[in-house]
Amino acid sequence: MAALGRACLPLALVVCVYGIGASLYGVRARRPEWSDSGRRAVYALAGVLTVAFAVLESAFLRSDFSFNTVASTSSLSTPTFYKAAAVWSSQEGSLLLWAWLLSLWSSLVLFMTRNRLRDVTPYATSVLLGFGGFFVALMMFYATPFASTHPAPSDGVGLDPLLRHPSMMIHPPMLYSGYTLCMVPLAFGIGALIARRVDAEWIVSTRRFALAAWFFLGIGILLGARWSYAELGWGGYWGWDAVENASLMPWLTGTAFLHSLMIQEKRGMLKVWNVSLVLATGILAIMGTFLVRSGILSSIHAFGGATLGVPFVALIAVLIGGSIYLVVSRRGMLRTEHRLDSLLSREAMFLGNNLVLVGLCFVIFWGTYFPLISEALNGHEALVGPPWFDRYTVPLALVLVLLSGIGPVIAWRRATWASARRNFRAPLGCALMTLLVLLGVGVQQKPLAVAMFCCAAFVLGSVGQEFWRGMRVRGAIAHEPPPVALLALVRRNRRRYGGYIVHIGMAVLFVGVAASSSFQHATELGLSPGQSTHVGAYTVRYVKPTATITPKYDSAHTGATLSLGAVLDVSKHGRHVSTLRPSQGYYDSGDPSQGSVGHFIGGQAVSHVSMDAGITRDVWSAIAPNIDAPRLRRIMSAANKTIPLVRPDEGMIAVAVMARAYMQNPPTAQFHLIVSPLVMWIWIGGLIVFGGALVAMWPAPGMLRQRASARAASRAAARRGLARA
Amino acid sequence: MSVWIALATLVLLAAVVYVISAPLRAARAPQRGQSAQRDELEAARAAKYREIRDAELDYRTGKLSDEDYKAIDGALRAEALEILNRLEALDDDEDDAERQVTPEAP
Repeated sequence: MAALGRACLPLALVVCVYGIGASLYGVRARRPEWSDSGRRAVYALAGVLTVAFAVLESAFLRSDFSFNTVASTSSLSTPTFYKAAAVWSSQEGSLLLWAWLLSLWSSLVLFMTRNRLRDVTPYATSVLLGFGGFFVALMMFYATPFASTHPAPSDGVGLDPLLRHPSMMIHPPMLYSGYTLCMVPLAFGIGALIARRVDAEWIVSTRRFALAAWFFLGIGILLGARWSYAELGWGGYWGWDAVENASLMPWLTGTAFLHSLMIQEKRGMLKVWNVSLVLATGILAIMGTFLVRSGILSSIHAFGGATLGVPFVALIAVLIGGSIYLVVSRRGMLRTEHRLDSLLSREAMFLGNNLVLVGLCFVIFWGTYFPLISEALNGHEALVGPPWFDRYTVPLALVLVLLSGIGPVIAWRRATWASARRNFRAPLGCALMTLLVLLGVGVQQKPLAVAMFCCAAFVLGSVGQEFWRGMRVRGAIAHEPPPVALLALVRRNRRRYGGYIVHIGMAVLFVGVAASSSFQHATELGLSPGQSTHVGAYTVRYVKPTATITPKYDSAHTGATLSLGAVLDVSKHGRHVSTLRPSQGYYDSGDPSQGSVGHFIGGQAVSHVSMDAGITRDVWSAIAPNIDAPRLRRIMSAANKTIPLVRPDEGMIAVAVMARAYMQNPPTAQFHLIVSPLVMWIWIGGLIVFGGALVAMWPAPGMLRQRASARAASRAAARRGLARA
Repeated sequence: MSVWIALATLVLLAAVVYVISAPLRAARAPQRGQSAQRDELEAARAAKYREIRDAELDYRTGKLSDEDYKAIDGALRAEALEILNRLEALDDDEDDAERQVTPEAP
């Protein structure tokens, strides 16, 4: 089967090269049949890469260790659930996933625009096939997923224990869908610039793809944060890690684009800005992939090797140089058609929001790449940590949340101060009431958090008011009861009200972030069974140790040979709240030099977090047992000396003896305990955001019918209502 | 096994060639797509309609005064009418061109 996969790669490369040539020839020589053939090359690429991906996926599911990739990232004991996801845990598999997703999204957008933008799509096709060809070439010359070994090893190394989390099944495909979808507006933006068709049509045609990119990237980021919180033993959901930042940056510029494109659609303004945002978003998405796959910056998420740096740098240089050339050379035709009517208008608010979003992106870009910049300038890799990021991003985030409340209550074109005063009354009332309540309960010691809560209340007030007024208007016009009127209102104005729902979700999410980061209680200490400690208002008592050995399969699918943990009793004011069971898994290293028993537990040690998550607070715990306690070490040394490597069954008995010794005489274990308020609201806010995005993305009712009869409607409309103007 | 794989590769290759070459094999069909100008105008028209609806919703939900709404709505409708006139002119041009290409049946 590896041979079939190997055959797919050169075929895919030939298809890409042919498609680029056919598309360019078709548009230059005005031979549309060649452009059509180029477009079909994208469909063919999707077909070929689907076969390649199916070959690799099937190798993982069949545990075919003749594939080097399978042998290095899966094993017989890896649960099927994770075998399917192990494909994208490797460098090679993730490159294939990237190229495959790109080919699928490209096929979809080119199919949807097959009868439109005929002078732009051939260039866009070439750009998309260029990206496809780049990734296929990487797989052919740098990291092939179909390299094989004969005879095949009897078992594989297994999946990185850190990746054995349900989020990891979905996180990479979501993130890569986001990254690859970012290529669609990028390709059409480049196509529009080359074809000198810089009106709003390319934006309208790819808007839904830009929104889908934002949607998937957002889900990927949130799942990554969830994984970090629930799987990594440091207790946070966002650490300003290089790879986290790399995914956030295109999301931020994508958010800015989704707002500013409306200004170009409606007013013909901001053409340079929009096309620059699209190009920047695409390039940042490529840079994000580069960061994960090149290993150039140290990151907990960097799973790639250092072999792909040069081709990626070359691609990024070409993209940046080409983008600057295109924008500068087309600046004449990118001139704005209108000017701002008033600073008190929704356009002005969107401009403000764009500046803040781009400012945030710039800060994060600088902080992320600062180690590289400092190394290039003075030879030392200087790092900036979370406090540096917080110093600049928190004030910007506050302004952003505030603007997301102001925008919805300001009209397009121009608003009067009188209407603004009337519309701000309720949101300001909500913010003021929140402030009074917070001051009443005595939380004024965290002014930034208090400011965020007030801004969020302002957003909820303004968006709530919008829904309320819209529902009343709709109810009065259509004589519908309130719930029906509300649904009809949202159905008829999906973009507007979907966007408002996103604003609500972001406000809720930021409340969770502000509360959990400002009012968190955390402690790290050593405890022996029977001892207890206080974390905030909670008392945590170390009840007893736990130890399990799992030679092959374990119910939690952790795959750890040995797990040492603790039972913790959590109480508040003497009342039992919950029981936590954090543990640390010790994995087989597969390295015989560690001894016949030592290798069983000499691999990665991974913390398995235990928490009691609730609407108001999370109680979070992680343990680092002392596996190097003298008693345990003596047992292992003795077993290493007496048990031969060829007797793994006896080796496992020795591990069981260690587990029993740990239970009988547990050494002091290190605990990390955190009580964080309102963390749950981060995930709830995220769900609201994505719900809103789905509403905004969903096609409007009767859209297809409207398109079909557009020509007739235009004539009819001209003769009816519009004539009165 | 290797024979099957060779066969599968050939089938894949044949399918790719078939898909890609279809437009080149077909007789040169008349252009299905619309002109760039029509695309542009139709996109502008859809955006203008949306803008008119948005302005109306803004007015009804109290974000625009009577005076501002009348001025904005009037301007938007004038702009929409201008787009529709241009579309109509384009329709007429296309109809004329079609009549010249296709002789009327006796």
